[in-house]
Amino acid sequence: MKIHEYQGKEILRKFGVTTPRGNPAFSVDEAVKVATDLGGKVWVVKAQIHAGGRGKGGGVKVAKSLDEVRQYASQILGMQLITHQTGPQGRKVSRLLIEDGADIKKEYYLAVLTDRASQKVAVMASSEGGMDIEKVAHDTPEKILKEFVDPIVGITDQQAGNLARGIGVPAASLAQAVTLIKNLYRCYMETDASLAEINPMILEANGNIKALDAKFNFDDNSLYRQQDIVAYRDLDEEDPDEVAASKFDLTYIALDGNIGCLVNGAGLAMATMDTIKLFGAEPANFLDVGGGATTEKVTEAFKIMLKNPAVKGILVNIFGGIMKCDTIAEGIVAAARVVHLSVPLVVRMKGTNDEIGKKILKDSGLPIISADNMAEAAQKIVAAVK
Amino acid sequence: MSILINKNTKVITQGITGKTGQFHTEKCLEYANGKNCFVAGVNPKKAGEKVFDIPIFASVKQAAAETGATVSVIYVPPPGAAAAIWEAVEADLDLVICITEGIPVRDMLEVRNKMKARVAAGGKETLLLGPNCPGLITPDEIKIGIMPGHIHKKGRIGVVSRSGTLTYEAVGQLTDLGLGQSSAVGIGGDPINGLKHIDIMRLFNADPDTDAVIMIGEIGGPDEAEAAVWCKANMKKPVVGFIAGVTAPAGKRMGHAGALISGGADTAEAKLAIMEECGFTVTRNPAEMGKLLKSVL
Repeated sequence: MKIHEYQGKEILRKFGVTTPRGNPAFSVDEAVKVATDLGGKVWVVKAQIHAGGRGKGGGVKVAKSLDEVRQYASQILGMQLITHQTGPQGRKVSRLLIEDGADIKKEYYLAVLTDRASQKVAVMASSEGGMDIEKVAHDTPEKILKEFVDPIVGITDQQAGNLARGIGVPAASLAQAVTLIKNLYRCYMETDASLAEINPMILEANGNIKALDAKFNFDDNSLYRQQDIVAYRDLDEEDPDEVAASKFDLTYIALDGNIGCLVNGAGLAMATMDTIKLFGAEPANFLDVGGGATTEKVTEAFKIMLKNPAVKGILVNIFGGIMKCDTIAEGIVAAARVVHLSVPLVVRMKGTNDEIGKKILKDSGLPIISADNMAEAAQKIVAAVK
Repeated sequence: MSILINKNTKVITQGITGKTGQFHTEKCLEYANGKNCFVAGVNPKKAGEKVFDIPIFASVKQAAAETGATVSVIYVPPPGAAAAIWEAVEADLDLVICITEGIPVRDMLEVRNKMKARVAAGGKETLLLGPNCPGLITPDEIKIGIMPGHIHKKGRIGVVSRSGTLTYEAVGQLTDLGLGQSSAVGIGGDPINGLKHIDIMRLFNADPDTDAVIMIGEIGGPDEAEAAVWCKANMKKPVVGFIAGVTAPAGKRMGHAGALISGGADTAEAKLAIMEECGFTVTRNPAEMGKLLKSVL
């Protein structure tokens, strides 16, 4: 799960990480009020969407008067902000963060994440803050420092010190940087984050170290015990079809092709998509119905797939294990009737009760094309949509 | 022979009294020598009771002491699953198979590091398979987990995969071609897990009753590449490889910081290329895994 920058900064402050002072605003008037209440002479007006690259897309402006705050807030609120992470259609801005301007002397990069290979928590820092960190990793990997933390031991002063010194934090600010790194690590662990990224972490002219940005991802498996985090969820930032699917325990991800896929199991679902591509077409979605598909779930799955106007055909690929093929077949027949299926449907079933399942499909009188293996199924649906 | 388990393995079921645990325990009992293999269940509140004639004990330690079991399988719900793994480790079992899906990553990080520290301090090493896996099976001998037993056939091909249904797909293709399996292993789809592809390939390499292996992977993480490099130097048997996710959109699930730390070498194409370079016979068509395996025998 992702959250907004202003929410991330609220969390950081709870863990003792210094950030600029600021508050969210949901309207232009509110933006001006937040700026007035903050006081000072310089404010930053920042678009709040769940995507990076907001500055380059025109979603971050520095205002030097309250009139400018009003002007920038009206420009940014309601705009379709396009960044390299939003896709060409962009994302509508409906929240702003108004905060104190910062006196930036130097920008650094800091992130905490889980490293699968070492099964440790990786804390990464770089002197090249404020940049696209993937570009830094590609062009000058030696400028990214990493410390691997054993979660049983926790981060040590030495590890935090290695990072702070390694990225060139001046001696007078070292203690602050070490504290920030240790607090960020503690924040990452206690909130069950899967990514905590501060880009940039800044050194101000007066020697203070602050988090100027905050990007968090959280482990979905842990949300049941992180109610404070769940309260930050902004459904407007999520794909409505993916949200609708998740209510029925379906994992759905929209893609760019025209063949809808309904599969049981994530690995087989990916393999089915790959097979469609192999035979010259593109999948319209990833959809895993999971282990216990009922008629209701299959019907919802069909509805969600068919909402996508690009879908010109559907491929169902089921390997019946615990889930029986006859159950799935009944679900498909019921769903096809409910949704008045008007695109070609190819079904491949294998495993428990597959013969009974095939007979149910055949006896339904519906124009369902049957296939014996994945390759044949993919070829048949690709041919049917061309 | 087979890897990790056989018809003489004695198994403890943790979470045997839950709905999922009961359902799958019944299927495991019905399969091959299951009645003699599944000897104990654990639930501190129901010690002394029985499920399908299997006695329930208060702790894994007690169950192991009284039955001689050396392996456990876990169906405990996510909030308590990592603690269940640790209980099995502290009981000095040989192998723990965790089926549970949805365990918090932090819990897995902590239990994996505790397991490593225990071995470093001279404690017994307990192997972990999973979590979020289908389990493993040695056809006609024993099935521990949630895979459909009837699609398997006894034979000499090893299968290892992260995904459940994709493992069944490979097994189904082999069985249709008349090729049986020595063992089929699902290592699970979670980022922090126990046995990895490389560990299972080592075991298949050493198993005199395995002639060839199908190794199936997915996008994300360095495990398949690591296994392929090991195989290039050590594997004496032919390997057929497939990686799912050529069409999966980048960053959709893993976030780009995850891709950053693994150096961006974890796309399907990158993994297929490394596997090919390391001598695997790879395919981009998952419907051909079985046929391809037959061709390399």
